[in-house]
Amino acid sequence: MTAAAIEAQYAGLQKQAVAKTAVQKSKPLVRVGTATCGVAAGAIPVKEAFEKEIGSRGLDARVVEAGCMGHCYAEPLVVIDKPGFAPLCYGSVDGDLARRLVADFLAGDDPCYEFALAALEPNDVFPTFSEFPRGVCEEKIILERCGFIDPEAIDDYIARDGYAALAKALALPPEEVLAEIKAANLRGRGGAGFPAGVKWEAARGAGDGVKYVICNADEGDPGAFMDRSILESDPHQVIEGMIICAYCVGAAEGWLYIRAEYPRAVERIHTAIRQAREKGLLGQSILGSGFAFDLRVFQGSGAFVCGEETALVSSMEGKMGMPQTRPPFMAQSGFRGRPTVLNNVKTFSYVPHIVSRGADWFKGTGTPGTPGTAVFSLVGKVSHTGLVEVPMGTTLRRLIFDVGEGIPGGKKFKAAQIGGPSGGCLPEAALDVPIDFDSLRQAGAIMGSGGLVVLDEDDCMVAVARFFLEFTRHESCGKCTFCRLGTKHMLDILTEITGGRGNPASLEVLRELAEDVQAGSLCNLGRTAPNPILTTLRYFRDEYDAHIFEGRCPALMCKELIAYYILPKKCSKLCDACVGSCPVEAIFTRADGLKEIDQQKCVKCDNCRKACPPEHDAVVKLSPPSLLSGKEGVPK
Amino acid sequence: MFSVPLPLASGEREEILKIVGDILKNHAANRENLIPILQQVQAKLGYLPGPAMEKIAAASGVPAVDLYGLATFYNQFRLHPPGKHRVNVCMGTACYMAGGRIALDSFERRLKIKEGETTPDRNFSLERVACVGCCTMAPVVVVDDKVEGRVTPTRVDGILLECGASNGAAGEAPAAENTPAGREQAEGAQRS
Ligand SMILES: Cc1cc2nc3c(=O)[nH]c(=O)nc-3n(C[C@H](O)[C@H](O)[C@H](O)COP(=O)(O)O)c2cc1C
Ligand code: FES
Repeated sequence: MTAAAIEAQYAGLQKQAVAKTAVQKSKPLVRVGTATCGVAAGAIPVKEAFEKEIGSRGLDARVVEAGCMGHCYAEPLVVIDKPGFAPLCYGSVDGDLARRLVADFLAGDDPCYEFALAALEPNDVFPTFSEFPRGVCEEKIILERCGFIDPEAIDDYIARDGYAALAKALALPPEEVLAEIKAANLRGRGGAGFPAGVKWEAARGAGDGVKYVICNADEGDPGAFMDRSILESDPHQVIEGMIICAYCVGAAEGWLYIRAEYPRAVERIHTAIRQAREKGLLGQSILGSGFAFDLRVFQGSGAFVCGEETALVSSMEGKMGMPQTRPPFMAQSGFRGRPTVLNNVKTFSYVPHIVSRGADWFKGTGTPGTPGTAVFSLVGKVSHTGLVEVPMGTTLRRLIFDVGEGIPGGKKFKAAQIGGPSGGCLPEAALDVPIDFDSLRQAGAIMGSGGLVVLDEDDCMVAVARFFLEFTRHESCGKCTFCRLGTKHMLDILTEITGGRGNPASLEVLRELAEDVQAGSLCNLGRTAPNPILTTLRYFRDEYDAHIFEGRCPALMCKELIAYYILPKKCSKLCDACVGSCPVEAIFTRADGLKEIDQQKCVKCDNCRKACPPEHDAVVKLSPPSLLSGKEGVPK
Repeated sequence: MFSVPLPLASGEREEILKIVGDILKNHAANRENLIPILQQVQAKLGYLPGPAMEKIAAASGVPAVDLYGLATFYNQFRLHPPGKHRVNVCMGTACYMAGGRIALDSFERRLKIKEGETTPDRNFSLERVACVGCCTMAPVVVVDDKVEGRVTPTRVDGILLECGASNGAAGEAPAAENTPAGREQAEGAQRS
C-alpha cells in the first residue's frame, strides 16, 4: 500500500476523533484525576459529588476521569473546562468544594478563582502552570498529555495527533525510521542508558524469523512511580512507541510486562489495546499498511529482580525470575530464544515524538551525551511532590528547590536519594551535579529509573542504607553467593549499628563486603546493592560514627537509640491529649498534674508527639536514651 | 510437599477443584501459562490451596515441587488463606522514611500478629509491599485494594474500626500462639 493511502486512512481516523471531541467540547467538562494517586487522595467520592450535584441541578455537563498531571501534592485535582473560560485546575478538592464549584461555576458564572491552582491555557485573568517556578524549569515531552486526556478514550489521543507518528513511520521504509531513532541517540530510560537505536538495529539484523518487542513496566524501584503514571494516564503513547519499534525490527508480537502492584495500569492498558484494535491500529495490516503486530499483557508477580531483562524473560516463560549470563544478548536470543527488543515504558514513550518531530528536535533538549528530558518522581521531604519532567542536565538543586519548592516546615535539606536500591545518597555539596547518566554515576549515584527521594535533617542516613539493604537482601534471587550472603551480612552489620551495638571494626568489614559483592555478582541487583552503603559512608560518615561511638542517632530516628520525654516546663496540666493517644497506656498524670512517660512501657510509636498540641509542643525525642537519667521525674 | 495443608472444610476441596478445572479449561496448561494460571487461581480463591497445586501440576506435567518453587519465588503468591481483610503496609523508600515502619508496628500491636501473619479469627492478614506507586501520599497502606494515604498510628485504629474490628475485638482475641490452630497458621502464613 502506498504512503499516501496510509496517511489518508489515518486522516480519516483523526477527522472522526476531532469531530467527536469537538461535540464534547461545546459542553462544560469536569475532569477528575483518577490515577492511583488521585484515588488514594479521595478522587472517587469527589467525582461522585460532581455527578450528583450536576444531576440534581439538571445541568448539561460531562464528568470524566483523567490521569495524573504530576502535581500530586495537590490531589485530588480537578480541571473544569467551561466554554467561555480558560480551563481551570483546582487542587485538594473535596465534596464541599465540588458542590460549590457546580453551584457557582457550572450553574453560575463564578469560577471561584480563590480555589483555583492554575489555568491550563494562557489567558488574561489567571496564571498558568508555566508561570510557576516549576513551569519555568519543566519541559514536558512524554508527560505532556498526562492528565489532559481521558486515558480510556482513544479519540482523545488521536484528536491530539496521537498515532500520527505511526502513520508517518509506516509510510517510510523501516531502515529510515530506525536511522532517525539512532540519530536521536535515545538512551534507555530503564536505568542503564543504553542507546535504544543500537539495540533495535541488532535485533533487526538478527534474521527474518519470529521476533518480540517487550515493554518493561515492572517498575520495581520503591519510590518511583512514573511508569505507572504514564500507563494510567497516556497508555496509547507507549503502545504507539512499541508498534513503531516492532515495525523497525520486524516483530509481529509484543508484550507489556506490568508489575502486580499496578492493577489500575493493567486495566487501562487492556482498554487501550482493545480500542487500538478496534481502530485498526493493532492487528493485521495496521492502517492498511500490510504490517501486522499485536500486543499482550503479562502481569508480574511481585519480584523486584524481574525488572532485570533476562529475569523478566525467564518469568514470562513460566520460570523463576533469575537473571542469566550474557551473551547471548537479548537482541540475538531473548524471549522463547528469539531475538527480542526490551525497553522501558519511558523509552517507548519518546519514540512517537522523535518520529514526528525528528532527531534534531530531540537533540535540542538535554545534554550532548544524553539528549531529551528526564522524568523524576519527586517524593519525600519536598514541598511539591509529584512527577516532573525536566531537560537532562538540569541540576539536582534546581529540581529540588525550584521545581519542588524546597523542604517543607523550615527543615534543613540533608540528602537526595536517587536511583533507588542501586543508587546513592547525595549531600548538599553534590547538588550542582547536572542530571544525566554519566554525571550521576561519577557522583556515586545512578540515574536509575528516576526515583528521587528528598531527605531532611530528621532522616537517619544509616537507617536509609539499612532500609535498602533490607530490600535487596529480600529481593536477591539467591543465584549468586555474594549477593545472597553478602547482602545478608551487610544488613546484619547495619542492623547492629542502628541498634546501637555496632563496633568500630564493622565499618571496615562493611566496606570490604561492599566491594566483594560488587565484584562477585552476576546482575546489577547485586553489583549495585552496596551503592547505598558506599555513598552514605562517603558523605555521611559522621552519622555512622555517632551511632557506633556515642550510641546516638543524630536524626532521632533509630528506635533503639531514642527515648521519648515530656518536657515538664512545656506540658500543660489542662491538656491530656497524649494520654489518650498512647496505645499502650505508658503515659500517666503525675500528682502535680503534668504528664510523664513510663519508659518501660513506651513502644516509641510517636503518637504522643503527634498528639501534643503545637502550642505546647512538649514531647521530645532524646538520643542517646541515657540523656534521660537525671531528667526531672526519671528514676536514676 | 513441604507445606502442611490446612484442613479444608467439607466440600471445600471439591469447590477448589472445580474452580481450578474451569481456569484450566481456558488455558493450555503449558509452562508459559503457569504464572497466569496461578494468578487466576489466587484471584478466585485468595490463595493457592494444596489440591489446586496438585491439580495444576498434574495438568501441566510440571512437577509439584517446581510449581511450589514458582509460588514461593514470587512475593505475590500465598499458600495459606489470607484474612477477610488484607492490610498491606507500604515499605517503599518514601513510605519507610515517612513512618511506614511506625504504621506497620501499630498494626502489629493492634492485631497482635507479625507481618506475614493472619489473625486467629482469620479476620485480618498483615503484609508489607514495596511501593504501590503513590509515594506522594506516604506513608501508604492498602486495605482490601483501597489505598489509604498519610496513615498515622491514630488512623491505623480508624482503619481497623472501619473494617469492623470493634476496638477490643482485635486486642482481646487470643494471641496466635495461644491456640494450636493459630500457632500452626501463624507459622505457616509467614513468608520469607
Ligand atoms: C535488579 C534490576 C531491576 C531492574 N528493574 C527495572 C525496572 O523496574 N524497569 C526497567 O525498565 N528496567 C529495569 N531494569 C533494567 C533492565 O534490565 C533493562 O536494562 C531495561 O529495562 C532496558 O530498557 P531501556 O534500555 O529502555 O532502559 C532493572 C535491572 C536490574 C538489574
Ligand atoms: S514508597 Fe510507598 S507508595 Fe511508593
